[in-house]
Order: sequence, then structure tokens, then C-alpha cells
Amino acid sequence: MERIELDYPARHAVPRRVHVGVVGSGDLEVLLEPSPDQRAHVLVNTSVDGFGVVWKSVLDRFFERFGGAASIEINDFGATPGTVMLRLEQAAEAVRA
Amino acid sequence: MSAVAAVREHRQFLGRTSFIEMGARERARAILDAGSFRELLGPFDRLKSPWLPLQGIVAQSDDGVVLARGTLDGRPALVAAIESIYQGGSMGEVSGAKIAGALELALRDCEQGKPVLPVLLLETGGVRLQEANLGLAVIAEIHAAIVALRRHVPVIGVISGMVGCFGGMSLAAALCSRLIVTRQARLGMNGPEVIEQEAGIAELDASDRALVWSLIGGEQRYAVGLVDELLEDDAVAIAASVRTAFAQGLPRQERSAQVDLYLERLAAIDPQRPLDGPGLRALWHGAARS
Repeated sequence: MERIELDYPARHAVPRRVHVGVVGSGDLEVLLEPSPDQRAHVLVNTSVDGFGVVWKSVLDRFFERFGGAASIEINDFGATPGTVMLRLEQAAEAVRA
Repeated sequence: MSAVAAVREHRQFLGRTSFIEMGARERARAILDAGSFRELLGPFDRLKSPWLPLQGIVAQSDDGVVLARGTLDGRPALVAAIESIYQGGSMGEVSGAKIAGALELALRDCEQGKPVLPVLLLETGGVRLQEANLGLAVIAEIHAAIVALRRHVPVIGVISGMVGCFGGMSLAAALCSRLIVTRQARLGMNGPEVIEQEAGIAELDASDRALVWSLIGGEQRYAVGLVDELLEDDAVAIAASVRTAFAQGLPRQERSAQVDLYLERLAAIDPQRPLDGPGLRALWHGAARS
């Protein structure tokens, strides 16, 4: 089990909190809520060790487009980068809805 | 089956909304009156298992149990839904305490003359082994709460599959006033994998799905009278059946109170002679449905 923390600049506030996903095999849950400051904060708890670089790549790419000042907690149970991105996009879509 | 009948059946199938494919939160929402769902102790309350991370396991923010208040045909209701995908729906200290606590609060409301209709969506392998005695203790609390609550209102259990309901939580299911299952559901004390591991593959081949379901599947449990309703995997039908179950009021006698009947039925079984699903139906025929 590994814990990864990353921060990103934000361009706009997020209006609400959303929860998507499940901590099941190959899946993850995302808790996204308004950040207390004008930045985005990500905390990843993952069951698979040694993939910090991959997590950073996925989150870098997500935040290039997302730009919301959100605190995001990810509880991961061995999801692939593609699944991680889908869950993040699902959360972003739910925030906009 | 004629071509016309086959087409009709196919259309009915496509017209159904699967309950099995839903997560616990969606299931609770699907049971309650539209728009009445209000979650208690949701993911942002972060009531997680303190024990799993100590064992290197990532914890889910709601510990795998969704508690929701809402209404059923306008009457106050409580739904406790277990998320089977997270840790096999296992009952840990927190997830079990959420269910027990919610049932105890519903009991308090009932005692004060404000009935709350309790629904349990049971999809669980039973106790979470990583939390051992704490999990067993809360399962006992759930049992006690069901028994206390069902003096006031029927307690309705739903097992839809695909995990099924096992271990201590199968006792919780058995204590429910009425049980609703699908054909995909399974109900039993020990799961087939556990039996195979403990007693050997000659006793039970857990990979033989037809055999497993013929013994503990929803259809068999319905046929021998251990559950009350057998439904298709249809969210609308399941939600309607829950309402019907409450409309029927308290059962004349709870199934778990029918001690003489079940002692008599158990006495009819000869442990020296192998018994299969159809054999049990034949043996218990009469009181049981065919």
C-alpha cells in the first residue's frame, strides 16, 4: 500500500462534492470536493506499490483539462491508468452536471 | 418455445433494469420512493475501517455499507445496502456497526410510535476475516436489532446476487420477517469455496455452478420454503415486492420462531445418505413449494 500526494494550480472553483466508483478489484473510488484554497490537492491511497510516476502522468494530464480547485481523494484497488482516467472524468462530469 | 414467445421474452428482458448490476447506493435509491433517498454517514463522513490499512489493504470511504433514509409509498423507511464489490461485502467493525446502529435507531423510532420500515439488501460473504471478533460482534448486534425491530414492523431482506449471503449474515437473513431473492442469489452458512476447502472436492466441487445453485440458489431456497419471493433480476419488480411485503404486515409467526417445524424437517434428513437439491424438495414436500 502506498500513499501519494500531489498539488496542482487551479483556474476555477468547483461547485459541489461528488463521489464515484468503488474500491473493488481493478477499480477505485474518487471523492472530489471543493478545495479550501485556490489550488487542487490530490491524495492517492493505492494497493499497488511503485507506480508513482504513472500516477503523476495520469493526474498531470487530467489537470491540464480539469483545472478545478478540488481536494481529491483516490482509494485505488489496482486500477489501470485507463480506468483511473475514466473515473476522474466521471467525477469531473458529475461536478459539472 | 415458439418464435413469437422467444421475441416477447427477449423484449421483456431488454425492458428490465438489472438490480444485480447496480452498486449498493443505486440499489438503495432504486428501492426507495423516487427523490426520497437521503444518505446517512456517506462517503464524505469517511467512516472507514481502521483495521484494513494496518494490514496493507486500501479502505473504502463508507466501509462498504450504504445507509439511506427515505420513504416507501410515503411511509418512513430505512435501507441498509451492502456493497458486494468492496471486500466481498464483508462485515467489518464499522460497516456492521453502521447497520446495527441504524436498526437500533429505527427501533427507537418504532418504540416512540413512529414506525420506520427497515429493508436490508444483503450481499455479503459474512464476517470480514481481517476484523475477526469485532466483525462477529457487530453481526450479533445486527441479529439482536432485527429480532427487537420485527416485533414492531416486518424486517424485509433482499438477496439479489451475485455474491449471495453467507456466514453470520445468512443468520441475519434467516431472522428477517420476509426474504426476497432472485434466481442468481445464493443463501447458506458456508460458501461453496469454504466447503470445498474444508471438506474436499469430493464433498462439493465449488466450480460446478449448476450443482452449487441447485443446493443453495434462490430457486431452490424458494422451493423448500426458506425464502418468500422469487423474482427476476428486475429493479422495478424488486422495489414493488418490498412494498408488498410491508403491506402484508407482520407474519403470523416469524420463520425463525417455527422451531418445531424445522426440527421435524431436520429430523427427516438422514446424514448418512447423500441429499441433493431435488431430494430435499421431495423430502420437505408438503409445506414447501414445488
